Amino acid sequence: MAGKTLYDKLWDDHLVKQRDDGSALIYIDRQLLHEVTSPQAFEGLRLAGRKPWRIDANIATPDHNVPTTDRDKGIDGIVDPVSRTQVETLDKNCDEFGILEFKIKDQRQGIVHVIGPEQGATLPGMSIVCGDSHTSTHGAFGCLAHGIGTSEVEHVLATQCLVQKKMKNMLVKVNGKLGPGVTGKDVVLAIIGKIGTAGGTGYAIEFGGEAIRGLSMEGRMTICNMSIEAGARVGMVAVDDTTLDYVRGRPFSPKGDQWDKAVAYWNTLHSDDDAEFDKVVELDGAAIMPQVSWGTSPEMVTGVDGAVPDPAREEDPIKREGIVRALKYMGLQPNQKITDIKLDRVFIGSCTNSRIEDLREAAAVVKGRKVSPSLKQAMVVPGSGLVKVQAEQEGLDKIFIEAGLEWRDPGCSMCLAMNADKLGQGEHCASTSNRNFEGRQGFGGRTHLVSPAMAAAAAVTGHFVDVRELMH
Amino acid sequence: MRAFTQHQGIVAPMDRSNVDTDMIIPKQFLKSIKRTGFGPNLFDELRYLDEGKPDQDCSQRPLNPDFILNQDRYKNASVLLARSNFGCGSSREHAPWALDDFGFRVIIAPSFADIFYNNCFKNGLLPIVLPEEVVDQLFRETEEKDGYQLTVDLEAKTVTTPSGESFGFDVDDFRRHCLLNGLDDIGVTLEDAELIRDYEEKRKQTAPWLFNAGN
Ligand code: SF4
Repeated sequence: MAGKTLYDKLWDDHLVKQRDDGSALIYIDRQLLHEVTSPQAFEGLRLAGRKPWRIDANIATPDHNVPTTDRDKGIDGIVDPVSRTQVETLDKNCDEFGILEFKIKDQRQGIVHVIGPEQGATLPGMSIVCGDSHTSTHGAFGCLAHGIGTSEVEHVLATQCLVQKKMKNMLVKVNGKLGPGVTGKDVVLAIIGKIGTAGGTGYAIEFGGEAIRGLSMEGRMTICNMSIEAGARVGMVAVDDTTLDYVRGRPFSPKGDQWDKAVAYWNTLHSDDDAEFDKVVELDGAAIMPQVSWGTSPEMVTGVDGAVPDPAREEDPIKREGIVRALKYMGLQPNQKITDIKLDRVFIGSCTNSRIEDLREAAAVVKGRKVSPSLKQAMVVPGSGLVKVQAEQEGLDKIFIEAGLEWRDPGCSMCLAMNADKLGQGEHCASTSNRNFEGRQGFGGRTHLVSPAMAAAAAVTGHFVDVRELMH
Repeated sequence: MRAFTQHQGIVAPMDRSNVDTDMIIPKQFLKSIKRTGFGPNLFDELRYLDEGKPDQDCSQRPLNPDFILNQDRYKNASVLLARSNFGCGSSREHAPWALDDFGFRVIIAPSFADIFYNNCFKNGLLPIVLPEEVVDQLFRETEEKDGYQLTVDLEAKTVTTPSGESFGFDVDDFRRHCLLNGLDDIGVTLEDAELIRDYEEKRKQTAPWLFNAGN
């Protein structure tokens, strides 16, 4: 019999019941909650007279709606009354049910997918859910992490289980070493460009190969974060020393004997050599360029040395129509060079790229330079209060501020523009977030997805440029 | 949950692939803490010419005349015909809530994004996967004939056209069972409460660190 994949192992370890019809009950070790997708779930519990199954498996924080300025005002700093109600509702629900919440003024507040790993609340081998599709991020730790809908949030609250059907196994192997200036973000954009936004639908993707092994946890999180942009609910990386080094000593990490016992188990969390995958995709890491998305879907992406495609050359009529529509929305011409795209704003942040390493990479590029006067705004939004503190200890805030970037308080911010941070109509933004959908960053806004280093390079030049030209 | 057995209704054609959930219901409407009332903002950015705000009277807003749901023949549609990878992107369940609130009961496409597909079943909405050629044919027929209707039978797993042509579809047994009977799947899972507790006891022995509270 063939060996097991990492996904097979995680699945088997969480299987409570296999039903005859192919569905299964999967035990959930950790649920992360935020204000947007949880209120209806709590309301559902109350209406049915149910209690949460296991309070201590849940951790909550407000992130989507929180303002990124004037944090000391707390909830009063939220100008939009509807947003404020949502954050207050999360507080009320957590207080009522006794769920640990990092509230808006808590230094540990931040984007759910940043704070889970940061607290050690995300541990290798866990099954993790959150009412947010980017929950796949946590798979970087060798976790089984799914994004779920609100009904499922309620289901997990009430039963500590998720009804799931086992997915197929896909291995995405990135061979060789990445070039300088090429990051996890470029790798994942290149993967999505290759397999398409539906390429991973129905699969759990394991990312492997030398280039992935060589990445830090931050880089791996960026890659797993965007698995969903390739259609895969689950993305994973096997556990290795990089994983253990990151996890050690965090508030929720096991200590003493428990640590040793955990490590012994965690070291088994990789695919067996003879494991079989339903699909294998390989990329040459050394050939990956810094990437820039030009369209309205993350698969509409190319190297920074490339150009906007010409729909006339696309044979598939539905794809051609898609390109025409995207170019119209984006205000771009066929064959236009990526480096000729003029920018209005730069956003460095989101659960994809707002961790300390991301900020270091961006700071290294802007250091000693100035934001281009042609830009209306360039902002940096750290992923959590603790990332913010660490960045300030390292002096990164000063580098950004001196260069003319705004240094904000943590939250989702312009990734989805639910708070006050948004693009104006027709504005182009170099963004380190994960979705370039129409209107995502503001009505009529035009998003280009890039790495933090590429966003920083764009900030100081006012257009896209190969960041490697700015690196010495 | 509302049960779904059979449905007959007018078909509206949404002729673009990769329709994401941001498009189905833009973020500014996710601030509501209710499950209802999202219908007027379904496809907001495609449907109206201005920028939508929460709590607005949508009947006063300028409509985009080109958008299908603004055309008289599709106004009362309850079956949405769509292209591949429908519902991709964000996990927001507000997307099926908005479709449901508008009056849709069935969505037909060559493929769906996983989370969206799953969310539909939890809300009495039936997503049906049909082969690309069949979807192409349904698009043609819908556009040709005013008031074109399809009949969907979940028991028999068929979609039937006005001319009587019938197409079978697949749906997994558990979801079909829950939908046919309007079952609350939390209730179904809690029938296995013993098994869940046994699992937890076992895990506490083998992986005690999973049950630590933080500090
Ligand atoms: S940063 Fe963006 S993608 Fe991530 S959780 Fe927040 S809104 Fe979602």
